[in-house]
Amino acid sequence: MHELSIAESILDAVRAELLRYPGAKPLRVGLRIGVLAAVDIDSLSFCFESVVRGTDWDSLTLDAKSCPPTRRCLACLGDFESVEYNTLCPRCGDGNTISTGGDELDFDYLEVETDGASSTQVQSTE
Amino acid sequence: MERLPLKSKVLNENQRIAEELRERYRNSGTLCLNLISSPGSGKTALLERTLASLDPSTRVAVLTGDLQTDNDARRLARFGFPVQQITTGGTCHLDGRMIEKHLAVWDLDEIDLLFVENVGNLVCPSSYDLGEASKIVLLSVTEGEDKPLKYPSIFFKSDLFVLTKIDLLPYVPFDADVAEANARRIHPEIEIVRASATAPGGMEAWLEWLRARTAAFKERAAVAGSVM
Repeated sequence: MHELSIAESILDAVRAELLRYPGAKPLRVGLRIGVLAAVDIDSLSFCFESVVRGTDWDSLTLDAKSCPPTRRCLACLGDFESVEYNTLCPRCGDGNTISTGGDELDFDYLEVETDGASSTQVQSTE
Repeated sequence: MERLPLKSKVLNENQRIAEELRERYRNSGTLCLNLISSPGSGKTALLERTLASLDPSTRVAVLTGDLQTDNDARRLARFGFPVQQITTGGTCHLDGRMIEKHLAVWDLDEIDLLFVENVGNLVCPSSYDLGEASKIVLLSVTEGEDKPLKYPSIFFKSDLFVLTKIDLLPYVPFDADVAEANARRIHPEIEIVRASATAPGGMEAWLEWLRARTAAFKERAAVAGSVM
């Protein structure tokens, strides 16, 4: 239900990022979305297509990667993927584990098309 | 073609406002609790009974969110504490900016305890940090005991799970132990209390949690103050 506002937030962030790369055309934006983030990827993709349609960026696509819940065992310090919300360490069997991921709603990357001039400009501003 | 790494969060702007709110709550010594549940799980009833039980000198305030109407604010204002309705229009959750805007008319230094009653929705509010100290999820016994598994995000992010309407347990096929086990499967550290806003003594476990949480918050604030 809130995927539409999230799609708009993504577009705002792309717009802000592109201020640093004048002339660049955004092609694809990569996201990392945890399964515990309460965001439906299909619904978000649908909303995103709707918000970019009819704009200068209607070829901009979303690449949303789903991330599983992960945990760290405090006994053996091993990291593991929590399957079916299992919290026991699969390596040493200890139950003293903490959550380390699975609720991400993060940007990963932005793919852009730049011509030579704008690339130079990017370097000169940094 | 060039691939630029992006390190920020998608809800970056909301996160920025939430961090500002958190800082303000820290400075004013305000404990902010964000109550989230499906529509009809009993958030307003729990708050009504909570406000009714508090000493009139308690410096408590409530922000209550709904898509339309100020019915909840009117229900809650009867107890004499400051209450504001946040009418979202159609938005399915509260965000940081709505909180910030409504707090502008209050002096946070005069508020020790701030309840935020989120829009009735078990999904979307869990994505929006409001700067609160804790999220609290409510689930009533007239719902399904597998709800923590169906809507894991909010149980994962909440510090407390309040099982509400327990006076109805004899009349519904709801296994409270299974519901609690399901919540612990998603979030092993989650605290759980059972509550009834209508049965005698039904509020005790929740009020005890609230007292302990308030005391712990004050103690932490005092320690932080003495360090500075």
